[in-house]
Amino acid sequence: MTDMQIKQIVDIVKTGRVLTDESDRFSYSFDASFGTFLPDAVIQTKSVEEVAELVKFANREKIPVYPRGQSTSLSGGPLPVKGGMVIDLSVMNDLLEIDEEDLVAVVSPGVLTADIHKAAEAKGLMYPPDPSSSHVSTIGGNLAENSGGPRGLKYGVTKDYVIGLEVITPEGEIIRTGGRTVKNVTGYDLTKLIVGSEGTLGIITKAILRLIPKPPASETVMAVFDSLVDAGRAISQILTSGILPSKMELMDQASMVAVENYQPSGLPTDAEALILIELDGHPMAVRDEAEQVSQVCKQIGAREVRVPRTKAEKEDVWKARKLVSPAIVRVKPTKISEDATVPRSKIPEMCRRLQEIKEKYNIHLVVFGHVGDGNLHPNIIADKADKEEMARVEKAVAEIFEAAVQLGGTLSGEHGIGTMKAPFMEMELGAAGLDMMKRIKQAWDPHNIMNPGKIFPEPGQKLVLSE
Amino acid sequence: MSENLAALRAELNYDKTSKCVQCGYCLPACPTYLTMGKETHSPRGRINLVKMAGEGKIKDLSVLEEPLDLCLGCRACETVCPTGVEYGAILESARAAVTRRKKFSVPVKALRNTLFKKVFPSRRAMKLIGNAMWLYEKTGVQKLARKSGLMEKLPAHLGEFEKIMPAPVSPGERSSLPAVTRAKGEKKYTVAFFVGCVMDAMFRRINHLSVQLLAEVGCDVIVVEKQTCCGALHAHTGELDESRKLAKQNIVAFEQAEVDFIVNNAGGCGAMMVEYDHLLAGEPEWAERARQFAGKTKDISQVLALCGGIKGQERPAERVTYQRSCHMTNVQKVTEDPLGLIKGLPNVELVEMKEANMCCGSAGIYNIVQYDASMEILDYKMKHVKDTQTTTIVTTNPGCLLQMKLGIERENLNDRMRAVHLVEYLAERCGINL
Repeated sequence: MTDMQIKQIVDIVKTGRVLTDESDRFSYSFDASFGTFLPDAVIQTKSVEEVAELVKFANREKIPVYPRGQSTSLSGGPLPVKGGMVIDLSVMNDLLEIDEEDLVAVVSPGVLTADIHKAAEAKGLMYPPDPSSSHVSTIGGNLAENSGGPRGLKYGVTKDYVIGLEVITPEGEIIRTGGRTVKNVTGYDLTKLIVGSEGTLGIITKAILRLIPKPPASETVMAVFDSLVDAGRAISQILTSGILPSKMELMDQASMVAVENYQPSGLPTDAEALILIELDGHPMAVRDEAEQVSQVCKQIGAREVRVPRTKAEKEDVWKARKLVSPAIVRVKPTKISEDATVPRSKIPEMCRRLQEIKEKYNIHLVVFGHVGDGNLHPNIIADKADKEEMARVEKAVAEIFEAAVQLGGTLSGEHGIGTMKAPFMEMELGAAGLDMMKRIKQAWDPHNIMNPGKIFPEPGQKLVLSE
Repeated sequence: MSENLAALRAELNYDKTSKCVQCGYCLPACPTYLTMGKETHSPRGRINLVKMAGEGKIKDLSVLEEPLDLCLGCRACETVCPTGVEYGAILESARAAVTRRKKFSVPVKALRNTLFKKVFPSRRAMKLIGNAMWLYEKTGVQKLARKSGLMEKLPAHLGEFEKIMPAPVSPGERSSLPAVTRAKGEKKYTVAFFVGCVMDAMFRRINHLSVQLLAEVGCDVIVVEKQTCCGALHAHTGELDESRKLAKQNIVAFEQAEVDFIVNNAGGCGAMMVEYDHLLAGEPEWAERARQFAGKTKDISQVLALCGGIKGQERPAERVTYQRSCHMTNVQKVTEDPLGLIKGLPNVELVEMKEANMCCGSAGIYNIVQYDASMEILDYKMKHVKDTQTTTIVTTNPGCLLQMKLGIERENLNDRMRAVHLVEYLAERCGINL
């Protein structure tokens, strides 16, 4: 951007601030994925009109615009890969209304997801999508990336709870999609198109979210298996037994070993897998379902099944699961967190493929995550300073994607495509499928100013993890 | 990699930054991110800046100066960090690297030299300050200054601080702590009391009460000669070499006494001393001695709790709130003992404030050198304090104590609220007086 353009931006932003110092530009150059990309300016304003003006200006001058929440993205969503302006929407956080009659929440994009959880719960309601970063991540980021979470198994993901949006189009117009009703078939469903478009079709400035009554009770079942494939079978079996758990989490042997080395929690490190199942609903119903789930695990050959009774016992069990992420990065500093997802019936097969890939490339691969919805989280732990290792990791990642797609699954269950998975888009969508998406993008954003460099691969783009 | 860059990386503790996976979990815990509202003033942002300098992407280290200066060093980010990034170590080495390259103006340099090398470490100099304060108050100069409005015009807002300075005791009353105070009743431990520089000069009454409380619960209390400032204020401002010197002097001084614990009553000092082993890790001849010292260092609340707590008397009912010392919470990891001691007092109801773990903005000399930033944090904190509808704020560090007094002053709550040190409060509730 030229000095003149910066000056014009400063003129537009009357109520907020424009950051151009080197220290500020570097501070908005990253997210939780890979790479450093310097924006020319970072803009913070609470005014929707000012943002719309900025976008109009950017569209006229063909300056890239990068909307950003709190940059917890694992796929490069907010990275300003082509410079230009970053619009920090985390400051737009004033509106958080719970409407008990319409059963909706109306929110600004900068509101933290966890604050929506709290506000809904205070009125006996629930906003189900629960990404593990929800105490940091903004709802705007969740909407742009269509984030999921452990509860996705039973309740679905962000897109299943959005019924209306206010959006600034790449040409700077403010539009409203959907509304406050669950049923709405007036025209194309632009709401669903925007959610998960990773900020490439516009900037979300307000959202209307659907809420449901909060389930009154929950039970947890923990089961230990000597074989990872058995654990996968137990998961499939439970899911076909007429029970829909609210969460189903898996920890493999490597993740248990890592947790024990980090903070001893009494996990069975000689077992290949541990699964945690949470059931929610009416107190009597969940107790009965917990019993059935225990039976299924025992039949499959679980070596130990436990149903923690007290709140403290339950918390202990889930705490070990939460420790996996921090524990595994103590092994090596670089964590490549993938979220390839397969149909439920293919969970055991995917587990087997992951083991093969791990051995073939001799990489440190840990599998844990929301296994019940097929969203396994194969995490590769490496050291990005080790070029040779990173080359093996790149190949392994490509093979994980191939396996997921071959099994009828997808590249990304909840993290988004961003920069890292763009090279694999055609593999999943086919040339014509990808082209249809490009045409939508071109129609919405003729000058390609909105979050350019994401989702669609550049010619010849490959996955590169080492710098 | 060029040799220069390799050297810079070592100087910056660059290796420690690679543990940061930039998840952002530290953002909600960071007071300056909350009040200043930009990533540049968040732990993740600062770590990234150090990383960028270490990778040669930021060439001029002065770019890091303001973001590092504005950090409180409260280390709340370390407590919430899921990957165990040693933020404190990164901050201190980066600050030292920036300080080394910085050309201070002559007067500032002289002031830094005097303050850090002469005043804080010298018990005599700090004593003089204490005497001057007493004289200043007793002679009525204070009243006159307040009346004339002169105090408000002082540079760096020293005027505001003047109002909250503790009422100093006369030089006569401020007699030194006895070398040995015997335990009341059966002796449980022998402890050495760490006097501290600010505590000694400004809060000697609290030091006296500390010794008495320790004796009360069954400790023989020794006050060793030649102990000095803990070095925290130096370390936080990038004067690491000076900190090391002071640490060694303390190690030598306390090695003379055979004690179970080295007890302090200032969260910031305790945090510095439990990390002497990190501070001196690079010097093999000191490493083990530093480890021993750090291992024996305890906050007074830990020792009081270990000895069974304080038996309070039946006194009028009171609602109190507790402002944690960040360094006690996030570095010493002492969180339960102060709470236990307060809750154990008869007729005392502890009402926790919202965001109780958030720093008050005092942070060593931060409230003096970064006045505006500090006051923004303090005003945020005071909102939560007021919501508790308590009459007493209990603290465990001199900086926090002064800052909370300042907060009460700023909110015009003087007539219904006070701030005290935990030691003062415990002494008051069990009838110990000087």
